[in-house]
Amino acid sequence: MDSPPITTAATDVQLIDDSEEFRTLRRSFRSFAFPVTIGFVLWYLLYVLLSCYAPGLMGTKVLGHVNVALVLGLLQFATTFVIAGWYARYADRRIDPPAAAIREAHGAVVHAPREAAE
Amino acid sequence: MTLLASSATEHRGLTMALFGLFVLTTLAITLWAGRRNRSAADFYAGGRGFTGFQNGLAISGDYMSAASFLGIAGTIALAGYDGFLYSIGFLVAWLVALLLIAEPLRNSGRFTMADVLAFRMRQRPVRTAAGVSTIVVSIFYLLAQMVGAGTLVALLLGVEGNAAKRWTVVAVGALMIIYVVIGGMKGTTWVQIVKAVLLIAGAALMTVLVLAKYHFNPSELLGAAASASGKGEAFLQPGQKYGTGTAKLDFISLGIALVLGTAGLPHILVRFYTVPTAKAARKSVLWAIGIIGVFYLMTLALGFGAAALVGSKQIKAANAAGNTAAPQLAEALGGGSGSTGGAILLAVISAVAFATILAVVAGLTLASSASFAHDLYANVIRRGKASEREEVRSAKWAAVGIGAVSIVLSLYADKLNTAALVALAFAVAASANLPTLLYSLFWKRFTTTGAVSSVYAGLVGSVLLVVFSPVVSGKATSLFPHSDFHWFPLENPGLVSIPIGFLAGWLGTLLSRERPDPAKYAELEVRSLTGLGAH
Repeated sequence: MDSPPITTAATDVQLIDDSEEFRTLRRSFRSFAFPVTIGFVLWYLLYVLLSCYAPGLMGTKVLGHVNVALVLGLLQFATTFVIAGWYARYADRRIDPPAAAIREAHGAVVHAPREAAE
Repeated sequence: MTLLASSATEHRGLTMALFGLFVLTTLAITLWAGRRNRSAADFYAGGRGFTGFQNGLAISGDYMSAASFLGIAGTIALAGYDGFLYSIGFLVAWLVALLLIAEPLRNSGRFTMADVLAFRMRQRPVRTAAGVSTIVVSIFYLLAQMVGAGTLVALLLGVEGNAAKRWTVVAVGALMIIYVVIGGMKGTTWVQIVKAVLLIAGAALMTVLVLAKYHFNPSELLGAAASASGKGEAFLQPGQKYGTGTAKLDFISLGIALVLGTAGLPHILVRFYTVPTAKAARKSVLWAIGIIGVFYLMTLALGFGAAALVGSKQIKAANAAGNTAAPQLAEALGGGSGSTGGAILLAVISAVAFATILAVVAGLTLASSASFAHDLYANVIRRGKASEREEVRSAKWAAVGIGAVSIVLSLYADKLNTAALVALAFAVAASANLPTLLYSLFWKRFTTTGAVSSVYAGLVGSVLLVVFSPVVSGKATSLFPHSDFHWFPLENPGLVSIPIGFLAGWLGTLLSRERPDPAKYAELEVRSLTGLGAH
């Protein structure tokens, strides 16, 4: 009841799952999301570890009272904004169009949710 | 404390009036929204009619809690650079939600986190586990907000006695229950939006005032903070709070919990259901990252500003954990204790802080009562035979119950820093919820046994480690300072409990004889990536 089958025939969804279009879509998503996630988590951990174990480096002054620790912290903000923007662009071009195409090709079912009908 | 309190008491009327205005406005919104709530989707998901931008604001409102505003500013003011880690972890964490969770969740779930976890599993065990962990995480988080509310009122009303504090906590609790019971998700979302705008405006005002005192030169502000702290340049470097061996591990533990916790917070996850499509869910996270990022940059100015202009002695005198640094800074910026300007700015910022707390507790109560009703009541107790009306009614009763429990608990936790308390909620969410969510969405072989073991191991592991940590006993700042039964050295359990959660899910799956259903996984995969058949 909570997750009614997508199409009437149970095999249809297996067919979509096996189709070339869907596999490409899945590859586009995973080949972006997985490595980028690993990348930013490592970059963040590097920052945390440097904060703990490299006080000399982190305390080095860059400009006035601004030190390396502060610059690296602000860089974490910068990379977060950049990755978010990068993903938005990527998803617009590589994920939304194929997802829409698959929805339309198999679109016996809802696009916009119709809760009242349930 | 006494100075601040005396000037605050004189202008208590103003704070009360401002806060009263916020309460009346939000109650009006709640009543308006409540009249439009018809179906369960209205109550749980605001009819899924919000735009990406509106939901982005509401997410920010839900996320920028008392911990962010009062706790981080206080931690930076007292511990300098080490407090900055909170801001960074809280922000970077959103990338996990953006890249891995928001869109698949929106596509494959309906009202709660458990909808996704239980998609291809046996409903009752998985929903029970997810419901329990949702409620536990939310109560930790609620506690942090309520403690913030209690501290604030003690500062503002200048009362040492506990009576006023208790009545405030009770009043905050009562209001949050009203918001949720009457307004449902639609009302709560609008409360978050109003609050997010107020908080950003308040923080921006203070940031500009702080920077103006230092000729808009951040380096000058840092220098002033460093010299006022009495610690010199060390104040601007890591290690003030987390300097020694174990404390360093605590810093790492905290860092991991923060970055992995957000995407497992139930009250954040349910917000993705309030928009019509996965693309709108993505847009709401993008907006949230922008808004929250700017806000956390401002907390740097607030924290260092409080260190420079208020001083750690004054801050500690008002609240040992630093929770009152931001309002104290407001008073100093307005002209100092006893001045009209100081009193007005203090009143404004305190009212904003109250609004912040009220909105966040409403969001938490909604998420946990929704999980109680939709997962535990409708699917476990009534085995899916409850009508929509019965389900929503049980959600409203659950809101009352959860509200009452958190009111009682928070009367006992007032010495803890709200940011540290919230970090515990993050650790529990990252240990119990995130591993199961990721496995469910991306690992074909994952089974019911894996899901259930992951949730319970992460949940029990993290909560037990907290119970036997210095947060609860063994230190002057502990919940029970006079007894000592701690054996776990870290205040934040994430470093140990998050791997436990991941490991348990993996082992549970490998060791069970259960066969995963490939057809169900195919369906989840197609639905989560394309939105085909999404609610």
